[in-house]
Amino acid sequence: MASVKGPLSPHLTVYKWQITMVLSILHRATGVFLSLGLLLLSYWLLSVASGPDSHAALSAHTSAWYGKTVLFLFTFSIYLHLCNGIRHLFWDAGLGFEIKTSNLTGIITILAAISFTLISWVAGGML
Amino acid sequence: MNLRTPLANARGLGSAKQGTEHFWHQRLTAIILVPLTLWLTSSLFMLSASDHNTILTWINSPPNTVLLLVFIISAFYHGQLGVRVVIEDYIHSEWQKISCLILVNILVVLTGLVSVLAVLKIFLGI
Repeated sequence: MASVKGPLSPHLTVYKWQITMVLSILHRATGVFLSLGLLLLSYWLLSVASGPDSHAALSAHTSAWYGKTVLFLFTFSIYLHLCNGIRHLFWDAGLGFEIKTSNLTGIITILAAISFTLISWVAGGML
Repeated sequence: MNLRTPLANARGLGSAKQGTEHFWHQRLTAIILVPLTLWLTSSLFMLSASDHNTILTWINSPPNTVLLLVFIISAFYHGQLGVRVVIEDYIHSEWQKISCLILVNILVVLTGLVSVLAVLKIFLGI
């Protein structure tokens, strides 16, 4: 952007961190991360379709500590992206734009994503 | 022979009437994916301790096969629409941007097809 002569809008680093901004960034980040998760889903389906041996080979990785860590991050990303996505759909309908409301729905989104992640892992017997 | 510039040709003709397609498809797939994602994640958590045969039986049940296929198509399309915007926003060099978009599209089609075929293979018991 060397050709821009006029004043630039303030860069990310000078903004005070706010919940709306954090969620906006996380929505993108989790979205990209979940797209990679689709590649894993594709690999899982392929391994299941290929037979017990290939499925067992993948399960050995997903049940190891590093595999579980990745799956935990995917779980949290799914719930955060889903809850924040619903927030976005309400915005599309013109609802919830007030600063107070969007801060509140932001906090609810984060708390819901954490709760859903923990509930899923406890209920699924993965923790 | 047309002596007018491309800009002069486009001027006054209005929009191409296609600008909202990306936005709309992203929302449509998002709405479809809300219940389907909750269904799939809860199913996968229930299957987390299951053996190979139990997973095959689960995929084999017709409602699960259909929902799984709808999920795969919606999720891969939704992902492609999202990653496309991220690439368009952050990669400024034109040839790098186009190359990334083509690569992502190829990857989405390939892995999406692999997923669909894997589900069909299990369903048909081949």
